Amino acid sequence: MTTSIDLKGLNLSTVRKLLDDRDISSVELTKSYLDRIANVDSSVSSFVTVTEETALIQAARADDRIASGDSGILTGIPMQLKDNLCTKNIPTTCSSKMLENFIPPYDSHVTERLIESGSVLLGKGNLDEFAMGSSTENSAVKVTRNPWDLKRVPGGSSGGPAASVAASECLFSIGSDTGGSIRQPASFCGVVGMKPTYGLVSRYGLVAFASSLDQIGPLTTNVFDNATVLSHIAGYDRRDSTSLNVSIPKYTDFLDGDIKGLRIGVPKEYFAKGIQPDVEESVRRAIAVLESLGAIVVETSLPHSAYALAVYYIIAPSEASANLSRYDGVKYGHSDKDSETMWEGLEKTRQDGFGPEVKRRIMLGTYALSSGYYDAFYLKAQKVRTLIRQEFNTAFENFDVLAMPTSPSTAFEVGDKIDDPLQMYLNDIFTIPANIAGIPAISVPGGFVNGLPVGLQFMAGALKEKNLFRVAYAYEQATDWHTRTPSL
Amino acid sequence: MSDKQKITIDEVRHLALLTRINMTEDEIEVMRGQMSDILDSIEVLNQVDTEGVEPTAHSTGVDSVLRDDESLPSIPIEDALLNAPNVQDDFIRVRAVFE
Repeated sequence: MTTSIDLKGLNLSTVRKLLDDRDISSVELTKSYLDRIANVDSSVSSFVTVTEETALIQAARADDRIASGDSGILTGIPMQLKDNLCTKNIPTTCSSKMLENFIPPYDSHVTERLIESGSVLLGKGNLDEFAMGSSTENSAVKVTRNPWDLKRVPGGSSGGPAASVAASECLFSIGSDTGGSIRQPASFCGVVGMKPTYGLVSRYGLVAFASSLDQIGPLTTNVFDNATVLSHIAGYDRRDSTSLNVSIPKYTDFLDGDIKGLRIGVPKEYFAKGIQPDVEESVRRAIAVLESLGAIVVETSLPHSAYALAVYYIIAPSEASANLSRYDGVKYGHSDKDSETMWEGLEKTRQDGFGPEVKRRIMLGTYALSSGYYDAFYLKAQKVRTLIRQEFNTAFENFDVLAMPTSPSTAFEVGDKIDDPLQMYLNDIFTIPANIAGIPAISVPGGFVNGLPVGLQFMAGALKEKNLFRVAYAYEQATDWHTRTPSL
Repeated sequence: MSDKQKITIDEVRHLALLTRINMTEDEIEVMRGQMSDILDSIEVLNQVDTEGVEPTAHSTGVDSVLRDDESLPSIPIEDALLNAPNVQDDFIRVRAVFE
């Protein structure tokens, strides 16, 4: 069956109305998305797995719910999940050879929530192996391409989710963000990406990378959709001991476009050397738009943010080295069959199962945690982490939000940075501080440079997601960047 | 390749042992260069005065969370063994740990 609906530039509100008015069924809509994936994903490569059969069953169920009046805003809506979120009986590979045949016996918390809401799972999104990277080139499965320019990377590690939303291959996707892995690809692909407060969304069933930094959040075409999806996946879960037991506001209540008197800080460290000049110009122009809407914009300084990258490259690898010690080829995952002894089998399993970036981080983390270096590296990083947090706390006594670029550059070309880990790490220099401090941050389309999207980032104090949605929505309504779609 | 010597070949070799990742001599040399660059960039932290500063392990302030001691259903044995590479009856078969 073919359907004629044009998926490009669609958003949740439009589709909801089509479904509720019975202009289209969820099955028809899902088939349209599956057709679209079949047509464009050979060039974008954002899906690791397409779950056609499951999607059509879920869509039929959603149609039943809509017919019986038992539907919510996400019922029948086709979506994607990053392939490090466990899906029962559906492969969850982390884009790693280590988990290429892993089929989880359970759903992640986020998967459960979205299935309950009636969302339709189209498939799993590509990522840098174990979410370690900023370009999705570290995927052991395939290299995802930027829908705005197929020569370029989509960013990472949630490159699949960002590219699939930008290429209209799904209505929304869910990513994870340890140092910028939702926001930086959102920035490169011209979509909205939100990293909530640490603890707001349960990490149960998210394959662990760096447990004190990992957080799950939505990637969408606009701010309303993002606020809607976050409302569905946020909230207390006993299976994640860092889950915050707080009430979740209806985030869409804060989308009134009114930012008169909103206090916006512009930290000068986020416009420092290394930033692409036309990216800086775009972001400054965006901030001027906010001022014209009545916000009070003040330059400020967060000197310790400059150390966040170094803190991250101690803490994240340290936690990763502990988390990834579980991959031993015994219980699940890749397993070397030929070795004679236990040690040999273990060492071969990890040699063949992990890619270069994952090995680099495991070794770096093991080094930082080893006796004699622990105080100089890990403990020192944790202390600087305290200073970074305190500095943000002080800033949020004076400001409702901070505004800055999401990434120092627009999307770069595939192959440009993959051989130089340190250059690759610099991509996340403006996003990492939010993970270190545990605060929420959002990236929204903030302009274009040479046909490539620029991300405008906002950060707010812990649990102040509402401030982010308010300012992001006001900016979005005053501009039309979010209505542009790639020509694919 | 980096000429910085923040870490030696022997140290990388030792880390490969600790992390149980088999590595070729070429891989060890590449890793040494890349780790040296990264460790060099991390040195900026020495500029920060952290005298008397408490470390932060994570950002929520939630600590030592305990759940109620109630029994709940868990994953059935057959499901838990689905991904195991070598299963015998209800067990995972492993190589001998002691010779």
